[in-house]
Amino acid sequence: MIRLPAFTYLAPSTIDAAARLVAEHGREAMLVAGGTDLYPNMKRRQFEPKVLVGLRGIRELRGIRGSAAGGVTIGAATTLSAVAAHRDIVRDFPALATAAGLVSSPQLRNMGTIGGNVCVDTRCNYYNQSYEWRKAIGFCMKKDGDICLVAPGSSRCWAVSSSDTAPVLWALGAKLRLVSAEGERTIPMAALYQDDGIEYLAKRPDEIVADVQLPAAVEGWRSAYLKLRRRGSFDFPVLGVAVAARMEGDVVRDARIVLGAVASQPRPSEKAAAALVGQRVTPDLIAHVADLAAGPAKPLDNTDFSHPYRKKVTRVFVARAVAAVCGLGDSGATSEEVA
Amino acid sequence: MTKNAFAVIGRPLPKVDAWAKVVGETKYADDLFLPRMAYAKLLRSAHAHARIRSIDTSRARALPGVLAVVTAADLPRVKFGILPVSQDEEALCAEKVRMVGDPVAAVAAVDEETAEQACRLIEVDYEPLVALMSIFDSLAHPETRIHEYGDGPNVHKNVALQFGDVDAAFDAAHLVREDVFFFEGSNHLPMEQHAAVAHWASDGKLTLWSSTQTPHYVHRVLAKVLETPAAHIRVIATPVGGGFGGKTDPFSHEIVACQLSRLTGRPVKITLTREEVFYTHRGRHPVLMWIKTGFTKQGDITGCHLRTWLDGGAYGSYGVASTFYTGVINPVTYKIPVYKFEGARIFTNKPPCGPKRGHGTVQPRFALECQLDKAAEQLGLDPADMRRRIVAEPFTKTANHLTVTTIGLGECIDKAVEASGWRDKRARLRVSAGPAARRSPKKRGLGLACSAYLTGAGTAIYWNDMPHSGVLARADRGGGVTVLCGATDIGQGSDSILAYLTAEVLGIEPKDVHMHPADTSLAPVDLGSYSSRVTLMCGMAAIQAAERLRDAIFAAVARKLEVSPASLVARERKVGVPDDWDKAVSFARAVELGEALHGVLAFPGSYAPPKRAGKYKGGGVGPSPCYSYSACVVELTVDEDTGAVELEHVWIAHDIGRALNPLLVEGQVEGSVYMGIGEALMEEQVFRKTLHKLPSMLDYKSPTTLETPDIHTILVETDDPEGPFGAKEAGQGPLLPVIPAIANAIHHALGIRIDEVPITPDKILKALDLKRAGKPARVGPERLPLLTFKVPLVVESAFGEPADAVVSRPFSS
Repeated sequence: MIRLPAFTYLAPSTIDAAARLVAEHGREAMLVAGGTDLYPNMKRRQFEPKVLVGLRGIRELRGIRGSAAGGVTIGAATTLSAVAAHRDIVRDFPALATAAGLVSSPQLRNMGTIGGNVCVDTRCNYYNQSYEWRKAIGFCMKKDGDICLVAPGSSRCWAVSSSDTAPVLWALGAKLRLVSAEGERTIPMAALYQDDGIEYLAKRPDEIVADVQLPAAVEGWRSAYLKLRRRGSFDFPVLGVAVAARMEGDVVRDARIVLGAVASQPRPSEKAAAALVGQRVTPDLIAHVADLAAGPAKPLDNTDFSHPYRKKVTRVFVARAVAAVCGLGDSGATSEEVA
Repeated sequence: MTKNAFAVIGRPLPKVDAWAKVVGETKYADDLFLPRMAYAKLLRSAHAHARIRSIDTSRARALPGVLAVVTAADLPRVKFGILPVSQDEEALCAEKVRMVGDPVAAVAAVDEETAEQACRLIEVDYEPLVALMSIFDSLAHPETRIHEYGDGPNVHKNVALQFGDVDAAFDAAHLVREDVFFFEGSNHLPMEQHAAVAHWASDGKLTLWSSTQTPHYVHRVLAKVLETPAAHIRVIATPVGGGFGGKTDPFSHEIVACQLSRLTGRPVKITLTREEVFYTHRGRHPVLMWIKTGFTKQGDITGCHLRTWLDGGAYGSYGVASTFYTGVINPVTYKIPVYKFEGARIFTNKPPCGPKRGHGTVQPRFALECQLDKAAEQLGLDPADMRRRIVAEPFTKTANHLTVTTIGLGECIDKAVEASGWRDKRARLRVSAGPAARRSPKKRGLGLACSAYLTGAGTAIYWNDMPHSGVLARADRGGGVTVLCGATDIGQGSDSILAYLTAEVLGIEPKDVHMHPADTSLAPVDLGSYSSRVTLMCGMAAIQAAERLRDAIFAAVARKLEVSPASLVARERKVGVPDDWDKAVSFARAVELGEALHGVLAFPGSYAPPKRAGKYKGGGVGPSPCYSYSACVVELTVDEDTGAVELEHVWIAHDIGRALNPLLVEGQVEGSVYMGIGEALMEEQVFRKTLHKLPSMLDYKSPTTLETPDIHTILVETDDPEGPFGAKEAGQGPLLPVIPAIANAIHHALGIRIDEVPITPDKILKALDLKRAGKPARVGPERLPLLTFKVPLVVESAFGEPADAVVSRPFSS
């Protein structure tokens, strides 16, 4: 079997202690919660940290607090299973429950955490390979090399944001509380990311995502998440469509559309969302919105499915997600697509 | 014996090893730990095609914890391969590598981490050669040869056989169709990665434990490549965690583990990673196919001409047999009076293909069954009725001289049609495409296909007159019976079947039978767990051994009870006269009486199949004691906006001859259906530049339980005179019809033809675009290789001749 490289595992019991350890070990350290993504990546030598700071033993990072009226706060080390099953989340933020429940497989959702999924490494099928494979094809800039194998002329890395929950949290207007040895700050989801396959997180490496804060539930908001992947389990998204909208009768008053797995970060479709606002939703409008949202999506040949196919289906998924949220869909508001 | 007279046969018993597997007691090769055991790793080539200039192992040797490093220089220079005609493999490549993943060196160390680290310290100087990554590449570059042998530059095998006048048959047809199909290659994806432990002990004898389907062939190859007497080598096949044909060759890692053990004096374990399993491969050949068939107005076939081009990968493996198998089995299902087959296997710089479940027959079955569906549509015939009409006659010969015995295919079609509601649904789905159905993007379709498969290859891999399977049955004084057999249980349940058959004959319970399989020192030879041969061949040998044991016991009990041996029966763990059952003696007592009379009670059973090979060159591939038949109906929906296919139901009727244990048969059928679904819709062993594109279980897509629909299995019993208590195979045949049935159902749903697998959503959308543009709504291969086939060997068609004598096999008395 493939073996893990040697490392030191530190198990702090408070978030402050964890923040101090991360600061102390600097670039040699990485954070680990469920480990469902990090450990396999370490086996393939995508990461070779000397020190892992484990977050599993930190009680304050676990659990879901607050209320629909005041806003729900999810500790970053809360498992995806717990998020998917939480009654308030299922009721008020169904797209988040759906997305969390669609991550990988039941076993991995029992280990994997919401914080881990929000920070999950970007993926590329030139990069998610063993050390020997990557060496044979020629190392890429994301690890051990200096070129991008998907877009060889490119100066940046095009690895794909592969979080299910990130586009949904973004569409829902969630915020993140970050803690470091120097203090803490709260940022909107949008501020966590940047469109670069290597430096996809805009936070400082010494900052720990402590919790995810959902806004107070407001009457009329509805949300949906559609995920494209080959199989009904295991697979990372190769397209995610998160739609949240506030309806007054059949008129859209507010809307956010965020696409996952089409860039190195979740990609909001502001124009598409704006086209919905103030409108009565008709099939023609949905088609127009779908075109606006899918237009800028430029998938590359570095995930499952052909990239022209992913582009083509982006339009279909946006249309279906908008139809579901705005009451035109014939299926449930939080259905899953498996193509 | 009537069905009701059986005590064990026909009962849905759990497998004898079911609990051990469920609770984790089963000891697979990687579960073996021996004192002082070292761990080995292979260094594999990063080049698809290159000459090896030099290898420097000095840094690896210097690493603390490293016990030995070997290259080709440390092994006898002897090539090997599973087929005598294709001895083209090396345990470690000496001069040339032919694919990414070819092994060039190996390390034994105190642990796996050290061995892996040492491999990275080995420096190999390569001179890269042109890498040939497709059939077209390899034929276009005859100046670059992957091997020096074969039937032409980069052509491993070129065959052509003709049975009757195909041109005349096409002239006589009302409709002649020519179609082109492609079947992508796929891996077996066994749950267990290959693993082996070798121990070359201080007495100079070698023991190898390995997850292999063919311990006997591994035994022979080890003797050859290690230049060691076979008498001093023992091969034990550990329980195999899934084989499907992927553990049927002798492998580099097995040989290397032995050599490292010889050098270190320690037991050496090697366990492949999943990525290495993709390199070891021997999976489904990618095959391009051209098929031309003539039909009458009523749907009868006047003649068929099939051409196949196999992408063989870098080594021979079973490839010569695979090539024949793409041509020879199609004729056993339908009346095909005249038949011509041309096939060629091409070497490419990719992992070698070999036998995967349905070996070589799956691809042409896809072609034939899709073509029949197209022909039925053109002729205005129902695809089920048309097939029903042309089912081959039992106890006759095919055009290519194969003898068929019982054929339950007609009944299989009837039952699958009835259970699925075929007639009603086919009619209703067509009519109901009204406004409501049109609005939904999900279109429903129903498709059907049939197939056949051999129950054991009629000839051995190396020519010999010995049994194909042997069993030793030894009774112990406690009333237990030990069965020694060379067969390997690869999850298909062969240990269970042998226990059931022995128990049935001796009137004891399966639990009383102790199975000691697959150990070359203890058990008589069985050729291996391939070609669906084990239930029939080992089963017949087990019955013979058990009957001999029973006769000996009966002689002793008859003397004791003062009755005639013929009046005795064995049942309920007793032996006695049915009319005087109170006097029956316990089986354990009967064994004591037997041992007192005869001495040790140990009896052999032997089996070799009837000699029915066609009297022409190539006639040895295809004959089998009997053939299983299957008919399959698939119901699915296709989303016309996304191309997503969702299977809803699979009905599959399988002619099993007799279900020795219906639970195991259903398990085999369901497993076959599941594997067929994967090949039809997602699995593909494809390459990026010179590398396997997705060598992991996450990225190489194979279905999960969520993609598996309700499977409705219907067993049809034909009580074949060749099989043990009438049984045929179940492990491979039921895979075959699933794939074309899915393709045909997609056509029924959307009116598009996807003439290649896997049928992925993007191909469906592409076909729909073509349809909307008014073009032929087909996605499939557009060109065929330019390769001249051999002048065919022309033999008269044997179509319709009566079968050769049934039940005339060697060692049967």
